Amino acid sequence: MSAPAIIRTEGLTRTFGSVRAVDGLDLEIPSGTVFGFLGPNGAGKTTTIRLLLGLLEPTGGRATVLGFDTRADGGSIREQSGALLEHHGLYERLSAEDNLTFYARVWRIGGEARAARIRALLQPLGLWERRGEPVGRWSRGMKQKLAVARALLHKPSLLFLDEPTAGLDPVAAATLRDELGTLVQREGVTVFLTTHNLVEAERLCSRVAVIKQGRLLAVGHPDELKASRATRAEITGRGFNEAMLALLRGRPGVVRAQLQNGRIVLELAESAETAPLVGLIVQSGGLVEEVRKDKGSLEDVFLTLMEEEP
Amino acid sequence: MIGDVLTVAWKEWRELFQLGGSHRGGRFSLVLLIGVFGVFLPLQSGAEWVQSPATVFYWGWVPLMLVGSAVADSFAGERERHTLETLLASRLPDRAILLGKMLAAVAYGWGLVIVMLALSLLTVNIAARSGAWLMFPWRFAVGAPLLALLGAGLAATAGVLVSLRAPTVRQAAQTLNVGILLLMFVPALGIQVLPESWKAQMGAWTLAIGIDGLLWVAAGLLALVDLSLLAAAFARFRRARLVLD
Ligand SMILES: Nc1ncnc2c1ncn2[C@@H]1O[C@H](COP(=O)(O)OP(=O)(O)OP(=O)(O)O)[C@@H](O)[C@H]1O
Ligand SMILES: [Mg+2]
Repeated sequence: MSAPAIIRTEGLTRTFGSVRAVDGLDLEIPSGTVFGFLGPNGAGKTTTIRLLLGLLEPTGGRATVLGFDTRADGGSIREQSGALLEHHGLYERLSAEDNLTFYARVWRIGGEARAARIRALLQPLGLWERRGEPVGRWSRGMKQKLAVARALLHKPSLLFLDEPTAGLDPVAAATLRDELGTLVQREGVTVFLTTHNLVEAERLCSRVAVIKQGRLLAVGHPDELKASRATRAEITGRGFNEAMLALLRGRPGVVRAQLQNGRIVLELAESAETAPLVGLIVQSGGLVEEVRKDKGSLEDVFLTLMEEEP
Repeated sequence: MIGDVLTVAWKEWRELFQLGGSHRGGRFSLVLLIGVFGVFLPLQSGAEWVQSPATVFYWGWVPLMLVGSAVADSFAGERERHTLETLLASRLPDRAILLGKMLAAVAYGWGLVIVMLALSLLTVNIAARSGAWLMFPWRFAVGAPLLALLGAGLAATAGVLVSLRAPTVRQAAQTLNVGILLLMFVPALGIQVLPESWKAQMGAWTLAIGIDGLLWVAAGLLALVDLSLLAAAFARFRRARLVLD
């Protein structure tokens, strides 16, 4: 299944004075993907979103979004996109309903369709009862949910979310994640999402990219990225001893072998298989009850990437 | 396009008339202003209010402050409250955003002027208690709203230009207020310091074209300035620059 690319960048670059905020970015994002854009503070995530929406001019390279060139056709890109940017962008003096009514009018959703859509978005988020209150009186999480609703109002085919769950409590963040997941499946929305929350990226995204100082360090499915790193295996059982560890350490692909709380903990190189290692333990008189292979979290991958690169 | 302009104007109005919040002080000065121009001054001048030919020119100035205070908020306010980038990331075309904001401010200032004019007419008539209803001469009935509209346009276009660049609402308002004061006093003082011969020349010229002629000249000049400022605002509106400021 090879969907056409909805976002494609070629050497996309944006400098501010001597700062290279985005530096030669090459990306290809197929339609229907939830794409996670990860990176530390100041990595260039927000700048990339601005470039893709045609709100900023690139200083080098080019990008096409939804088939339109960002430099020449920003208006057409914005027409079909929804965005929740760095700031939630809500009018705090206005009620939630007025905020949504305004943007619904902006996207030319009129009359009954507008009222129905607003209700359909606010009700599942638990905001419907309080729609008449000025948004300024709401909690940060409520505002964030409202801003997500606003971004989805016109059923865009591409959704930009700049740290959507920042400031949400764990339950609200999980709800929002679920809703985004459902939405993507139901409406075929492509999502470009930046986050610092690696668990979130792992749950939501079918592809992630890691950038630092504007440069792309890695792209792929979260599992692919994890697979490229060391794997941990934890073996529970009885009769383990130091002699077994020495044997294990002598095997190719075993980076490290240790006894921890009566368990054998192995760190394995990408290609290493566990089955022969378990066999080795059994031959040496160990009783194996359970083998758990853990690819390590995306967070491990992220942290190693941050350490490795200058 | 017209729909988009109206949508933006609708939002601006919604914000302008939102109860509570920071606008309470503004509402008080609004009532004061309506009181001065709708009741106090008409009472002072009595029948003169409707009959004196020169008063028509005041109405070009009245909306300046009103529109200025509303339009100072237009872009600087959105920037300060972090709503500008989301607005710019929407499908709205540049011109709709600009025109919508100006339209809201002009309608606000001009609408209030119409209210003041009507109220002042009522005041004069009640105070005069004469049997006959006192009415503005046609020149006034057409000229005052026209000049007020063009004055409102001046404040709106100049105000948007200032607000596009100002980092805060306060700074935009200050710059605008200074500008409006200069606009009010410089011509008045300027005429004082002109050489006598020039003044005589201008007097003769005014007499020659008459009040009506002067009205059309003033309206024409104002319309010209409005249009140039509008063109300047269109030229200056750049999404990329607005996002970065
Ligand atoms: N308007 C600007 N003027 C000057 N430098 C800028 C501007 N916007 C961004 N930068 C610089 O570009 C770099 C990338 O910034 P950006 O906001 O894109 O980072 P980010 O990945 O979104 O960070 P965060 O996770 O903190 O939101 C930073 O070094 C920043 O200082
Ligand atoms: Mg950011």
